[in-house]
Amino acid sequence: MESFRGDVRLVIQTDDVFETLRSLRQEFDFDMLIDVTAIDLLEYPDATDRFAVVYSLLSIERNERLIVKTFVNDPDPTLPSAVSIWAGANWLEREVFDMFGISFEGHPDLRRILMPEEFVAHPLRKDYPLQGRGERHNFPVIPRSES
Amino acid sequence: MPLQVSDLSQPESPDQEYLWTLNFGPQHPATHTTLRLTLTLDGETVVNAVPDIGYLHSGFEKLGEDLTFNQYVTIVDRMNYISPVANEISWFQAVEKLLAVDITPRCTYVRTIFAELMRVHDHLLNVATVALDLGGFTGFLYAFNLRERINDICERASGQRFHSSYFRVGGALFDVTPDWVDMIRAFLAEFPKVHAEVHGLLTRNRIFVDRVKGVGTLSREDAIAFGATGPIARASGVVRDLRKDEPYLAYRELDFRVICARAGDCYARYLVRMEEMLESVKLIEQAIENIPAGPINVGLEVDPDDGRSTLPNKADVYRSIEGLIRHFEVIMPNRGYPTPIGEVYGASEAPNGELGFYIVGDGKAKPYRVRTRPPSFIHFSMFPHMIRGATLSDVVAVLGSLNIIAAELDR
Repeated sequence: MESFRGDVRLVIQTDDVFETLRSLRQEFDFDMLIDVTAIDLLEYPDATDRFAVVYSLLSIERNERLIVKTFVNDPDPTLPSAVSIWAGANWLEREVFDMFGISFEGHPDLRRILMPEEFVAHPLRKDYPLQGRGERHNFPVIPRSES
Repeated sequence: MPLQVSDLSQPESPDQEYLWTLNFGPQHPATHTTLRLTLTLDGETVVNAVPDIGYLHSGFEKLGEDLTFNQYVTIVDRMNYISPVANEISWFQAVEKLLAVDITPRCTYVRTIFAELMRVHDHLLNVATVALDLGGFTGFLYAFNLRERINDICERASGQRFHSSYFRVGGALFDVTPDWVDMIRAFLAEFPKVHAEVHGLLTRNRIFVDRVKGVGTLSREDAIAFGATGPIARASGVVRDLRKDEPYLAYRELDFRVICARAGDCYARYLVRMEEMLESVKLIEQAIENIPAGPINVGLEVDPDDGRSTLPNKADVYRSIEGLIRHFEVIMPNRGYPTPIGEVYGASEAPNGELGFYIVGDGKAKPYRVRTRPPSFIHFSMFPHMIRGATLSDVVAVLGSLNIIAAELDR
């Protein structure tokens, strides 16, 4: 449990994610999942893990927010899916999968959501260059004489 | 994105061969922006809907990692372009939380006025286009005529009608002027007439009410489970408004009501938006007469440890060497002041729902990661759930009332 600028953050082990989220939903009444996102810690100072996954929770009754943070690592970053706890986790987890390549076990429909299906990389990883990996430059150049 | 047959949650079997598949979008007048739906129809009833998004994905979050906080404002503007300045307010609220900058009272009020103007801006468009999609053209003209006034107000303040990029860390680009205040007073005088016109044209219009009442019902439990916020959640009976629950800017000092409904259908969402516009105008009326005097930017005279990431006033830049140096330090890309190593989540009540930014700072001048919590994305994920069992003509009504902005949906 830590706090920065008024945000309360709970850092948990990867193995405890599903149990923690479920008990937060059922026993502590955090009934709304505001956001699921990930951070690639590849270039982050003093980081030991590769990815951090962040769940933002909200209890409407108590008007209280909680940020739950956990870490996953290469080569096969996997977390249990929270779709069975909050229905709204569906698309949010698909976006994390699309952008970071973190897969969610038990997700009903884990497909890419923003990038095209035939895309191979995960663009928000820090080792993916800002200017793309040559998608545009690799288009074949067709001169006018051959067109 | 090629859709497989297996994507449809109900696989086609021989006894379902009579089902039709209809491709809706990506270029369709009723989607307003670029999004695609694959509808499975049984006669006129929608059996299933598979949204296909990403047509407007332009890597905003990746770009954010390469831009400074002040530069990213131009990108933030283009997320929900129906209410651009509301995005800026939300963005700088998160940035100022990370940098621990307290904005001046004058800036607080100017931001509040802009936030409410943008709520009117957004709701006018939404109310008008829902009616337009359902065949009511006249209200659209009234509403869009009034939206022009708000564009003029933005132009007066920032020089740009649409994507204003008006605010900066710790303040704004320019201070507001007395004629800006006069323009808002003129707008406030014009608004009730237009609201009454739209109200008279739609609220008891038999054709409109038949198309929206009882259509696309979202229960309170589902709204919470899917994470709906803003007018869509409030129309389903979720009493939550960040302006009241987590007061920011000047909302603590102003008087307004939170508008809620219970029905959760498209008509309730329409009514909530109509009423919210009146509340917003009430807020602007209070705020415009009470703008505090004083500087709009966090200036040089404040404690340098607090206000150092903000741009100084132009007068300070031209007249003092300290101001010039600090302007240079903030503007030049290879200088810049460091951010703290830490993460914050800052959210505000944008017209469409809770718009939040999760910013990770790593001690450099640029953010390490900027995550947008886009309300359109969350709301569109509810769409298949809401449309199952409705008719094809309801698709347009539900899509309109959710107010999906694809630039924010795909980012």
